[in-house]
Parts: sequence; C-alpha cells; structure tokens
Amino acid sequence: MATATLILSGIAITLAILLMLAARYFSSSTNEVVEKIETLLPRIQCAQCGYPGCRPYAKAIAEENAEINLCPPGGDETVRRLANFLGREFSPVTEPVKAANLNTVALISEELCIGCNLCSQACPVDAIVGVHQRMHTVISEHCTGCRLCVSPCPVDCISLIPRHG
Amino acid sequence: MVKNHIAKSFTGGIKLNANKNVSSSKTIAEQFIPSKLIIPMSHQFGPDAIPIVKVNQRIKKGELIGEPADKNALAVHASCSGQVTAIEQHQEPIVGEVSSSTCVIIQTNKDDDVSHQKKYWPRDTQTRLNLINQAGIVGLGGGSFPTAEKLNSKSLNCELLILNGAECEPFISCDDVLMREHATEVLRGGMAMMELVGASAILVCIEDDKPEALNAVYDAAGQLNSKLIQIVTLPTRYPAGGEKQLIEAVTGKEVPSGEYPINIGFICQNVGTAYALDRYIQLGEPQINRVVTVTGQGIKNPQNVLVPIGSPISELISFCGGYNDDVSHLILGGNMMGYSLHTDELPVTKATNCILAINKSQEEKSTQIWPCIRCGDCASVCPAKLLPQQIVKAYTNKNFNKLEELGLKDCIECGCCDVVCPSHIPLTASFKNAKYLTEEATTHSLLANEAEMRHNLKKIRLSKEQMKVDRLHAELKSNVRGDNRKSMINDAVNRSRKLRNKK
Repeated sequence: MATATLILSGIAITLAILLMLAARYFSSSTNEVVEKIETLLPRIQCAQCGYPGCRPYAKAIAEENAEINLCPPGGDETVRRLANFLGREFSPVTEPVKAANLNTVALISEELCIGCNLCSQACPVDAIVGVHQRMHTVISEHCTGCRLCVSPCPVDCISLIPRHG
Repeated sequence: MVKNHIAKSFTGGIKLNANKNVSSSKTIAEQFIPSKLIIPMSHQFGPDAIPIVKVNQRIKKGELIGEPADKNALAVHASCSGQVTAIEQHQEPIVGEVSSSTCVIIQTNKDDDVSHQKKYWPRDTQTRLNLINQAGIVGLGGGSFPTAEKLNSKSLNCELLILNGAECEPFISCDDVLMREHATEVLRGGMAMMELVGASAILVCIEDDKPEALNAVYDAAGQLNSKLIQIVTLPTRYPAGGEKQLIEAVTGKEVPSGEYPINIGFICQNVGTAYALDRYIQLGEPQINRVVTVTGQGIKNPQNVLVPIGSPISELISFCGGYNDDVSHLILGGNMMGYSLHTDELPVTKATNCILAINKSQEEKSTQIWPCIRCGDCASVCPAKLLPQQIVKAYTNKNFNKLEELGLKDCIECGCCDVVCPSHIPLTASFKNAKYLTEEATTHSLLANEAEMRHNLKKIRLSKEQMKVDRLHAELKSNVRGDNRKSMINDAVNRSRKLRNKK
C-alpha cells in the first residue's frame, strides 16, 4: 500500500515538474499569437472595436481581455475564423449595422468643409489632407472606409460612397 | 499549292448540336444604319479615350471622336455620319457585366459622308503598329485585346501566325460568313500581320462543319498564290476556338498556365481582326463596324449583319424583323459563354459577336440541383485540364489558397462541365463568382496591408510629436530647477511688480 502510494505520487510530482518546465520553455510566444490573430482581422484600423487599431485589439483577444465579436467590418465571417483558431464560442457581431466597408470610401463635400481639421486627426491611415481653415479632401486610394472621420465632422459634410464609380 | 492539314483534337471538350444554319444561310446584310449611335470611349484594355467632339458638332463616318489617352492607347472613331447630341454616361456591356462609361451619342443621317481615305502604309514596324492603334483595331474574337500590342512581339520570335476561324459556339456564324464572302481580304490581312510579327507561315484553322468557308478560303489562297498559307481542318468539337485549345489541336503543344501563346512561338488572331486590318490598309477605314450574328428562335429574321460599332441592340433587332411573340430572354454572345442582358438599350461593342434571343422552348429547364456523385465527367471534358468538382468544393468553403492551387485562373468558363454534369450543379457560374471573390480578396488584403503600414506610420509620427512636446516641457522644467532658480524667480517677481506699478 505504502509503496504504491509512494510510486504514484512520485510519478505525479515528476510529471507536474515536467509540465511546469515545458510551459516555461516551450510556450508559444504571445507575439506570434497576436500576429496570427491580426492577420485574421480585416486590418483596416477602424477602431470600432474600442481599441485604437487592429493590433491592440488582437493583443486584447490574445490576453483574453476582449470578446472576439467586436469587429463590425470583419463581420460574422471573421468571428467564425477567430473562433476556429482560438477554440472559443462563436457569437454574432455586436453592431454590424454601421460596419466599415472596404468597398466604400469617404467623400468630403468640398463646399461645406470649414477646414476644422478634426477629420484628418481622426483618420487612422492619414488619408485626409488639408490645411487649417482650408478645404480638406480624401485620398481615396488610401481610404479604408472606416467611417472614423464621419462623427467628428461638425458640419456633417462627410459621406461614404462606393469605391469605384 | 496550298497545303491542307487535318488536325487532331485537343484534350476534353464536347460535341454540341450546331445551330449555325439558322443565321448562316443568308449573306451578310450590309445596309444597316441605325438612327442613333452610342459610342463608348472605354476599352477593355488600356485607358479610356478622351472625347474631342462637342455637342451639335457635325461629323463624318470614320472621323476621330476619341483621342488616345497615351501613345500606346486606342483611338475611337465615328461609325456613321451625323451630329453629336450628347456626351454622357451610358450603360454598355463589358466583360460579362453591364456597367456605365462615358459615351458619345450621335444622331445619324443617311448622307454616309466618309472622312477616311487610303493612307500610306509605311515600311517601319513601329510606325505600322502605331497606325493600328490609331485605327482602334482590337481583336474581334470577343476578348477585345489591342491588336498592335499582340503583334508587337518581334523580339519574342514568333514562328507561326494562327488565324482562328474555328468558331465553335453552336449559334454563332459571323466568322463563317465573313470567310465565305471576304476570304481574300481575310488572308491579305493575315499576310500583313505575318509580315509584322516576322512569322514564317500562316495557319488558317477552320472547323469541318463549315465547308463553304473552307472552299472560299482555298480558292482565295489559290488566287493569292502564296506558299506561306496553310489551311487546317479541325474536327468540330467545342471549344476548339479557344486560343489555347486551338494551339493544342493544331500544333500539339500546350501553352503553359499563366503564359501567352507567344511564349511558345505562336500568335493567334481572329479572322475578323485580319479583315479589319485589311480594310484599314486598303481603304484607310478604321475599325468602325463588325459582323454580328443575330439569331435564335426569338428573332423573326435571323441573319448576320454588318453593324456600325455603337448601334443600339434594340435597333439591330428591329432591323432583323423584331422579336417573336414567345421570346423569353436575350443573351449577348453564344449560348455557352454568353451572358443574359436585362435590356436591349445597350450599344454593340467591338466584343459583341452574337446576339441571341431565345424562346421558351429553347430555354434550359431549371432542374433541381443534386449533390455531386463524383462521376468525374466534368474533369474529363474540361479543356483546361482542371478538376471542376474540387474547385466547386473549395469555392463553397471559400478556401482561396486551395482555389489558386487548383488553377482556377486557368478556367476559360467554356461551360462544358455544366453540360455533362448529371447533378446539374451550376459549375461555371460558381467559377465566375469564385474568380470575382478571389480578386476582391486580393485587393482587400493589399488595401489592408497598406492601411496597417500607414496606421503604424501615423503612430510613429504622433509619438514623435509627443516626444517633442515632452522634451520642451522637460527643458523648461530643468531650467527652472537649476542653479539659476532663485534669480529666475526674482526676475519673474520683479516683472510682475513692474506691471502692477504701471497700472
């Protein structure tokens, strides 16, 4: 009886130590996980998840501080991919209505623009150019259609149009 | 003496019931002039032409109305005489869809004033190629690839020029009747092309279901008395007219995936293109018209018509007697590779080879789609040697890497797999959609990469700006904290006292 207990607890202790060592030396680096998660996201930096850009959101997901269904432009498709990769539960995107869309670009109505410069500060990819007190405009090739410039505009002169045409 | 060859067939493909006699029994109707023209300024390849005419301007047939955007771009000419009524956005059919582009609208008159005249045909190859672009000549097989660009390959060493008269689509007969009536011009145009590319011979390839065209080309070749022209009879098998399939059937060589025929020493040109080039050399006429097959059970009087580019399809159909009462829908192109149109208020473009109106009896009955039974018939008929059932599986799983691996981009959308599939799976439609989605995914990932890079750059810029501000603050603070702290405080107190005293 005593020998059996000793042997079994001995095996348990050795395995526990081995597992601890393995966790320390063979852990997949968080960075790699973050990078992989980021490639699964649409990476248009729209910040609608509440994090300033896709990488911070990916980091939050990797650290299990954020839900995986916060990305409106990615849609359910992205949530599904994330759920598959992380082994988490699928749930539909929280607010898919005002989704940012790569097929749209922002358009500043040039007659209405007062040159307040708020939109260009909001733009995550520096796609809006203009000088204070002068008309601003969107470089449509760089615009990701993230809609971040729409709400800061005090005169509501920014609209989203289809990318081509 | 003209040599005759009989070619073997290519891999895959199917035998289809021909319906060519419906339209090919009559000669080409050449007197069609529409009341208005909608001439698109866009090209399928290269930048759009820039309209140089004004509203109300009177113009002659063959006059330049759209200037090429750069020196390798194509010009656009008026295909009838008349008066410009508008320059506006109008719908036109482009590669499988209807989209909007800038068009010049012309109210035609019946004067038929011709502005073009025979020009000097220079000896220099580059000048000739420039002239071909200025005449707006593109391939008439349906791809509308700029002819000059295709012929500009002397450095690549072209052995053979292949004139494609196979025309395998069951309903289309425009190349057939063109060869019957204008074989000499076609061959002369082919010889001019051969000279341009430095090829050593021309192969004229015609399917064996067109005996009249074969005879006409034989006679014409005999009259031209050139040893360089060879005529190849192909067994009738769809899609023999596909560029890569034709080359495989005629030469036994296969064009590698993602490459052009010129990479293995061949250039393939449609017979209609050769005819257009000959018209330009002999008469100075730019490419302003083409032969269009108007056919199907839904048309009262099916025939081939010489149509000015930009004619509305509706007027072309009324020229052919109008629709029958039981017409059900309109297809642009043949029944295998064409696509349905929602309206006939569209212009005929250089890519329009056939307008097919079918009635209810010809309409494919919509049958239920059954699951794939893995019979493998689709793979054995695929002329591009692909595995349609695997591709459709990858498409339903949205697996883009797998799609690329399976060679989706080599699919020529011929529709053979659809015909043989016992489960009626819409294979070709899936492949078209899959191509579209792959393209979208690629552009999106490019955009996303760029967005990420720009976002990082912005972050770097912001942090640099923040660092500058921090540094300034630190400098001010350290100044105050240093040895001269007391004297600075005293100075400040004195300054404020002075100000107060002044008041």
